[in-house]
Amino acid sequence: MKLTGSEIFVEVLVEQGVDTLFGYPGGAVLNLYDELYRNQDRIHHYMSAHEQGASHAADGYARATGKTGVVLATSGPGATNLVTGIATAYMDSVPMVAFTGNVGTGGLGKDSFQEAYIEGITMPITKHNYTVRRIEDLADTMREAFRIAQSGRKGPVLVDIPKDISAAVTEFEPKEPVRPEVIDTYDTEQLKKAAELLGSAKRPVIYFGGGVISSEAEEPLKAVMEKADIPATWTLMAKGILDDEDPLNLGLIGMHGKFVSNKAIDSADVILAVGTRFSDRVALNPAKFARSAKIIQFDIDASEVDKNVEVDCSVVGDANVVLRAFLELLPEADHTEWHKQITEWKEKDYRPYDSETALKPHQILQKVCELSGDDSIYVTDVGQHQMWAAQYLTHVKPRHFLTSGGLGTMGYGYGAAIGAQIAKGKEQRVIHLTGDGSFHMNLNEGVTAVSYDLPVITVIFNNQVLGMVRQWQTLLYGKRYSSTDPHRKTNYVKLAEGFGAKGWHCETLQEFEEAFKEALNNPGPSWIECVIDKDEKVLPMIPAGATIEDIILADGKEA
Amino acid sequence: MAEKTYPRSVISILVENHYGVLARISSMFNRRSFNIDAITASETIDPGITRITITVHCDQSTLKQMLLQTERLEEVKQVFLLDNNSLQRELLLIKVESDPVKLPALRDIAGVYNAKIIDLSPESLVMELTGKPEKIDGFLKMFGNYNVLEMCRTGITALNRV
Repeated sequence: MKLTGSEIFVEVLVEQGVDTLFGYPGGAVLNLYDELYRNQDRIHHYMSAHEQGASHAADGYARATGKTGVVLATSGPGATNLVTGIATAYMDSVPMVAFTGNVGTGGLGKDSFQEAYIEGITMPITKHNYTVRRIEDLADTMREAFRIAQSGRKGPVLVDIPKDISAAVTEFEPKEPVRPEVIDTYDTEQLKKAAELLGSAKRPVIYFGGGVISSEAEEPLKAVMEKADIPATWTLMAKGILDDEDPLNLGLIGMHGKFVSNKAIDSADVILAVGTRFSDRVALNPAKFARSAKIIQFDIDASEVDKNVEVDCSVVGDANVVLRAFLELLPEADHTEWHKQITEWKEKDYRPYDSETALKPHQILQKVCELSGDDSIYVTDVGQHQMWAAQYLTHVKPRHFLTSGGLGTMGYGYGAAIGAQIAKGKEQRVIHLTGDGSFHMNLNEGVTAVSYDLPVITVIFNNQVLGMVRQWQTLLYGKRYSSTDPHRKTNYVKLAEGFGAKGWHCETLQEFEEAFKEALNNPGPSWIECVIDKDEKVLPMIPAGATIEDIILADGKEA
Repeated sequence: MAEKTYPRSVISILVENHYGVLARISSMFNRRSFNIDAITASETIDPGITRITITVHCDQSTLKQMLLQTERLEEVKQVFLLDNNSLQRELLLIKVESDPVKLPALRDIAGVYNAKIIDLSPESLVMELTGKPEKIDGFLKMFGNYNVLEMCRTGITALNRV
């Protein structure tokens, strides 16, 4: 069967099970878009306001479903606008395939109009990438891209398609969709050693990250915790796995984690790290992280072993497979004394105080959880509101908390929320939590939410300043507020209306409750602006490079 | 400049012979702040496979990361460290200022090291030497009192014996 490159593009997408595509058209992808026009019944294309928004939408789609997100952009600026979205997915190991058009093969390297060497640009932020230089290679290159994105440690792959390739004709042979490679091997000797180490611990702690969600290892993880009576702390990427009420749940770890979780790690004698990479926001001081503990690490990526923190025992493999085998080897245990100590620390932990008059971030989030039910998907931007969301949202399920952890991309939220809403359908409640700083970066995606009539509720924590940077300036830079107080005069209600969305402005919890209830009944996009104090801080805080001894538990203002 | 206080390690990498594969490896080394002393690349007996040989001076934990991070790259087939018993060779070309008085001494040095004089003019001569890196280093030390006009060495290329 002879097909054009554009026809092959659509056939391979369908073959790989893709029915949703995010993107933005342009000159170099005209052939591809022409073919998408003819295949609207098979592939739904969602057009964003800006390619960055489309890339975050593909990311949100992937995080919410576990499937590979797909994004398409034109050459040059279209391609470079994807860069932040691809890097965001790369840092958080999100499966994504990005397609870009390019100028024709004859124009490559000639500084042609809208030409960018996107293969070179995205080399360090993709698992792998390709420029398709021969039409005969197109189909199998696309298949390889999907295989790589989903296999092992997941991540983004980019395929650059010059314009003449999408027009050229070649023989096409349909194939079965690629199945991601399942890694079911591991070192049994190391696993035995790990079981002995953890089995003999007096003060054990499990510390886990996003790898547990990627490999769907929630169940064996909880079984290990219960069988050996081990408390666990989690990274930002793993919110939603443990029940809030579970006494073994120590809460968030790291810079803005709980006092108890950081203290427990500091005092533990054995630590089991699963699907996590000892990042500098967790192992703030890598030399002193878990300083009294023997560390065991389970990870799918061998290069993560000993990368940031040296470990005593490691098992390279899929968390789901390894934890199931580990469960069999691990003896039952009881750590009553250790729990007693942990309970004491829990009582000493930071607690925000409620206000009768002012809008407090934790009270907004409690209200959101109370009113929106237990199945909501929460999508954050980056900054203070993101940390508050990680700390105070309750009853969150796995794949229901989407956030840019590794890259820390301000402006991630709206695109990702749109992607999640499209992935799960309009019946799914999707709540986008953002700050006024982050929101201003990509609020243009409001037009996308309006175009597709998506009921995404955006809650804007407006403190008028870049709160997280300002917090550091307050604590570490002598209150010299360099460029964090932009004096913006944005009227969010009018702006929402201007886009064709609905907006609310709230200054009290009562007003917020009323607005949120109305938003829950609004079939289209809603923006709710919450005015909060610019001196609100994210606490606790352990400064970069510091240890539990340096934890800040009280705001000078509140003490 | 590489940190010469660490021992030299030679990494051999077999990669698919594709566009840009050398760029992928050097980009990753740069991104991870791994310092390359020398790098060589050439086709193997299988034209689909290229061998890249990288010489580094670094501590053991950095070396381990280099190997593991290289292994992660999609087009990398095999990565290994060359052992002490491996065959390591380099090619040196060196142009030294000369005159009839200096020439006999230069010829003597070349003779001792089995270097070839491949170009000779009234003002200078060019010598060629292949050998282990240590031999090249030793040879270069002989020119402390001479005016070296130009010099280049290829970097190590190497094979394990078995």
